[in-house]
Amino acid sequence: MVDDSTKMAPNQVEASKNYWAANIRMIAISLVIWALVSFGFGILLRPMLSGIPIGGTDLGFWFAQQGSILVFLALIFFYAWRMNKVDQQFGVEEE
Amino acid sequence: MDQFTINLIFVAASFALYIGIAIWSRAGSTSEFYAANRGVHPVTNGMATAADWMSAASFISMAGLIAFTGYDNSSFLMGWTGGYVLLALLLAPYLRKFGKFTVSEFIGDRFYSQTARIVAVVCLIVASTTYVIGQMTGVGVAFGRFLEVSNVTGLLVGACVVFAYAVFGGMKGVTYTQVAQYCVLITAYTIPAVFISLQLTGNPIPALGLFGEHTNSGEPLLTKLDAIVTDLGFKEYTLHHADTFNMFLFTLSLMIGTAGLPHVIMRFFTVPRVSDARWSAGWTLVFIALLYLTAPAVGAMARLNITEMMWPNGTQNEAVSVEMIDTDQRYDWMKTWQKTGLLDWEDKNEDGRIQYYNDKSEAMQARAEAAGWQGNELTKFNRDILVLANPEIANLPGWVIGLVAAGGLAAALSTAAGLLLAISSAVSHDLIKGAIKPDISEAGELMSARIAMAAAILVATYLGLNPPGFAAQTVALAFGLAAASIFPALMMGIFSTRINNTGAVAGMLAGLTVTLIYIFLHKGWLFIPNTASFSDSDPLLGTVKSTSFGAIGAAINFAVAYAVSSMTKDTPEEIKQLVESVRVPRGAGSAVADH
Repeated sequence: MVDDSTKMAPNQVEASKNYWAANIRMIAISLVIWALVSFGFGILLRPMLSGIPIGGTDLGFWFAQQGSILVFLALIFFYAWRMNKVDQQFGVEEE
Repeated sequence: MDQFTINLIFVAASFALYIGIAIWSRAGSTSEFYAANRGVHPVTNGMATAADWMSAASFISMAGLIAFTGYDNSSFLMGWTGGYVLLALLLAPYLRKFGKFTVSEFIGDRFYSQTARIVAVVCLIVASTTYVIGQMTGVGVAFGRFLEVSNVTGLLVGACVVFAYAVFGGMKGVTYTQVAQYCVLITAYTIPAVFISLQLTGNPIPALGLFGEHTNSGEPLLTKLDAIVTDLGFKEYTLHHADTFNMFLFTLSLMIGTAGLPHVIMRFFTVPRVSDARWSAGWTLVFIALLYLTAPAVGAMARLNITEMMWPNGTQNEAVSVEMIDTDQRYDWMKTWQKTGLLDWEDKNEDGRIQYYNDKSEAMQARAEAAGWQGNELTKFNRDILVLANPEIANLPGWVIGLVAAGGLAAALSTAAGLLLAISSAVSHDLIKGAIKPDISEAGELMSARIAMAAAILVATYLGLNPPGFAAQTVALAFGLAAASIFPALMMGIFSTRINNTGAVAGMLAGLTVTLIYIFLHKGWLFIPNTASFSDSDPLLGTVKSTSFGAIGAAINFAVAYAVSSMTKDTPEEIKQLVESVRVPRGAGSAVADH
């Protein structure tokens, strides 16, 4: 599975390194949010959110049962949109 | 027309629809079978993937587990959706770029090792077989109710249908059949929920009704629910009672497991482009979220309805009378479900009433003594019946009940059949042809596929008779196994160039073995009842239940792979280049079969 695209010129090597770094940064930001809404607001930080009432319970309950799912959706679409732009920026998008 | 006939019509009509579409869009060859979703729009692919993935666990079992536990079981909701974030960010685009068809092919190539490929196949078979056991539990419940026979008879009939369905083969891999299955499944799940949400809160959207106002009492629905369940000695529905560490681990295991399930990952190998792999994961989650945002509402509202049925005059007054259960047609669902053996009641104190309460609560014991109760009289309420019984409990029209029966069967059968196909092709193609006997004839390969499928279904049926848990719990064990074995190998394969063949093999073996042993210690060796040394109420490692161990298994996998790799020879240059090429979208051709 080693095709022609793997044999790159030096400046391409540099570009693909930068591209990968940009990707890792996007992934890291997204995963911080991913963990914050589910493990954070939904579970570990729920006591801190218990003062915010919502529909007979508190915000932590809402994050655990609905909010985190909505944020997950937003995250995936944001990442897809953003990375497809980054692909073009670095000139590594598919032909 | 009686309910049995209505159910039969709905089930038969939905099956006719799937078979009709399968024949109409029949793929002729193996490569067409694999490539069926190439050139399919990401939205359509997402819908098909959602149908493929949502099984008896999501449809039949999950809302019931939430209903009887409340907040503590939110792990299922977060875990089974959060995994798609990992899939979309960490795996899907790179595996699409790699351009083969199966997970074991990627692991075999990336770790340049036939052993790695075989170990991956073994991990896949173990996780998938456990998954099928959970499906068979759901199939037994659905068929038992639908045919109005005992759970055991339902399971045996269901096993035959699943086997025929899988051998027939037309249901899997044809995207449009799965789109139809998704439509049936989501309609069947949503319609009763909308009806019930309207009845209870006046809000037609169940997800909003959950946080809305209970029309009869004027209080918020969840406040009302908390009040009536605590009146009967049960724990508050909305509060956190479970061990926090275990809940954290369980949620994480389900997330990692979702991103490590071969039959889900496979769907992203064949989308047209790398950018489509990213979108496709998003669309899949949209269609899954439609069910997952409704499920907590279904659970809470059903719990409220059931409790009010058992206490028609309020929880502080007399319980429902045996006479009422026998004569009032609103209680007919109890008698139909009693036939399956999954629901039962007994008038222990012979006062002509059925008291449903938590007889382990001290406050209730005082009240029970004063009132002359002799323990909870709703003696059996299997969690897995809740979703299927829900429309009957809410007294919805017969056609809604028929629709839910069709939806439950669609969910259970499509996933069970899909998994059996995955197991049989792993055994015949990857294991026997790929490793043990490369010169096997095509007829021999086909024969071994059939034998593997038959063996898997026999094992799953036998263990489905005495399942290690409710459908969703058994499926959660399968996710733990996938989390501990497949996911770390894939992630390290993409994000590290340093992990080598020996490291990956050692990591997968360590993760799988330790997790499997931990599960067997708690659920019985090979899930055979009465061979367990520990139980999940008092687990070996403090509070870590066997369903939550997958995350620890994954950590072991990562650690072992890293340690072993750093002590052994670095990866060859061409593998480093392979990893580099997987990381950039440019140059992604279409997927090619490794035949």
